[in-house]
Amino acid sequence: MATATFKIWRTHSSAPGDGTYQTFQTEVSEGMVVLDVVHSIQAQQAPDLAVRWNCKAGKCGSCSAEINGNPRLMCMTRMSQLNLSEPVTIEPMRTFPPIKDLVTDVSWNFRVKKGIKKFKPRQPDAPDGTWRMAQRDVDRVQEFRKCIECFLCQDVCHVLRDHNKHDEFIGPRFFVYAANLEMNPLDTEDRVDDLKDAHNIGYCNITKCCTKVCPEHIHITDNAIIPLKERVVSRHYDPVTRLLRMFK
Amino acid sequence: MEAIPVRIVTRGFGETSRRDSWWVTPVAIFVGLGLFVVYATWAAFQNAHYAYGSYLSPFYAPEIWGDSPHAWFGPKPDWWPSLAPFSPALLILPFPGLFRFTCYYYRGAYYKSFWADPPACAVGEPRKTYWGENSFPLIFQNIHRYFMYVAVIFLFLLAYDVWLATHFTNPQTGAEEFGIGLGTVILAVNVVLLSSYTLGCHVARHLLGGLFDEISKHPVCDKAYSCSSALNSRHQLFAWCSLFSVAGSDIYIRLLSMGIISDVRFF
Ligand code: SF4
Ligand code: SF4
Ligand code: FES
Ligand code: FES
Repeated sequence: MATATFKIWRTHSSAPGDGTYQTFQTEVSEGMVVLDVVHSIQAQQAPDLAVRWNCKAGKCGSCSAEINGNPRLMCMTRMSQLNLSEPVTIEPMRTFPPIKDLVTDVSWNFRVKKGIKKFKPRQPDAPDGTWRMAQRDVDRVQEFRKCIECFLCQDVCHVLRDHNKHDEFIGPRFFVYAANLEMNPLDTEDRVDDLKDAHNIGYCNITKCCTKVCPEHIHITDNAIIPLKERVVSRHYDPVTRLLRMFK
Repeated sequence: MEAIPVRIVTRGFGETSRRDSWWVTPVAIFVGLGLFVVYATWAAFQNAHYAYGSYLSPFYAPEIWGDSPHAWFGPKPDWWPSLAPFSPALLILPFPGLFRFTCYYYRGAYYKSFWADPPACAVGEPRKTYWGENSFPLIFQNIHRYFMYVAVIFLFLLAYDVWLATHFTNPQTGAEEFGIGLGTVILAVNVVLLSSYTLGCHVARHLLGGLFDEISKHPVCDKAYSCSSALNSRHQLFAWCSLFSVAGSDIYIRLLSMGIISDVRFF
C-alpha cells in the first residue's frame, strides 16, 4: 500500500466551469483502478462526491472522465498506468454540461441519435421472412457494433470540445453509428446527403483523436468517417461520377 | 438538429490537463515535414545533378523536357517564357506534392502540427472560428482522388525507371550491359514503398471495394479491397517511409552526380 494524491473536480453549481479541484490523499495498491480510488474517497472522505458507474468492466460506458487530461474510462485505468509521484487529476468530460462533480449530462447524444435515419431492411430473402447475409459482409459492420456509448470520442473531438458545434455536427460516435447502418448489407436507406448537409461530416478534419481514445479500439476515423466522407465525395464533389449519374 | 443548446466552457490556446509530453509528436511532424518541403523545393529548383548514368532522381521523374538523356522530348522548349524559372522537376512535382497534401493522413497530421487545429488531442486551440473541410478553402481537399489517379500512373513510370537503372555502360567496351547497383536497389525500394503508400490510399480502398455494402458479390473487388485495406492500416508508416525514400533517392543520385560518393555495383 502506498499513498497517492488525487485532485478531483468538484462542482459548485451546474453552470459550466463553476467548480474547483479538491485534493485527496488516499491509499492505493497495485491492481486498483481509478474508479476504485474514487469509490474509496467517496466512502472515507467525501460521501457527497458524485460519480456515475455501472459495470466496472469497461462495458457499460458510464464512467467516462478525464484522467490527467486524457479522456478515459475510470474503471479501465489502472494505477500502474499513472505516475503516482505527482497528483493525479480526475475531471468530468468537458464537452458536455456538468450535472455534479464527475457526472455530466450526455443526453445531447441521445437526441442526436434520433436524427439519424433508422435501419430500413430490404424485402426478406426467404418466404419465411428471414434474410441471408454473407459473413464477409457482416464482418465490416461488426466492428462498429462494439461501441459502448461511453462518448469519450465525442468528448475529445475538437469540433465539439473547442468549437461547440453541437447543433451542427453529430460527432464521431454517430458517424460510427451511421456507418454501421449505411454499410449494413441489408439496409436500403440512404444517409449520404444527410451526412453532408445535416450532420456536417465535412467539419471532421481527420485528426484521429476519437480513434485514439476509443476504449473499444474501433478505427473510427479510418473505417467509419473516411469511408463515409468518400461516399459523400463520390456523390457530391466528384465531377466525373456526377456526370455519369446524369446519363444513367 | 435539436433545440436545446449545449453550453460548455472552451479552453484557451495550449490549455490542457495533460501531463504527458503531448507536444513532442506535433513538433516532430512539423520538423519532419518542414525539412522535406524545404529540401524538395531546393532540389526542384537546382535543375542539376538529378541524373547519374541510368539513374534518374524521382523528384525529376518523369523528365518531360530537360538536359539529361532521360528527357522525353529533349531540352527546354523554345516557347518557355524566358523569365519563368525552368526545371524538369517543377513540371511534375506539383502532382505528387498535391497528392500528399490532400492525403487523409497528412491532412490530419499537418492540421495539428502546422495549424494547431487542435495542437494535440484534448489541448486548447488558438482560434475560435472553425470551418473544417466543410467550406472554402479546405473543401478542395475532396479532389484527392484525382491526384491519386495521377500517382498511380507515376508508379508505372517510376517502375520503368528502375528497369532503366539496371542498364549500365561498360567503361572499357562502351557496350550496354545489365547490372544492379546500390542506386538500382534504392530506386526499387522507393517504388515498392510508394506503391504501398499509394495503393493503401483511402480513396483507392473506397473505389476498389469500399463502396459496396455486399462486397462478397464482387469477388475480384473483394480481393483488391482486402489488399488495399491491409496497406491502409499502415498508411501512416508508408507515408513516412516513402517520403524518406523519395528524398533519400534524390540525395543519393545528387551525391553521385556531384562526384562526392561513388556507386556500388553488386554485379
Ligand atoms: S477525427 Fe474527426 S471526428 Fe475524430 S476527433 Fe478528429 S475531428 Fe473529431
Ligand atoms: S466509438 Fe468508442 S469512444 Fe466512441 S462512444 Fe463508442 S466506444 Fe466510446
Ligand atoms: S463502469 Fe462500466 S464502463 Fe466503467
Ligand atoms: S489517403 Fe493518403 S494517399 Fe490517399
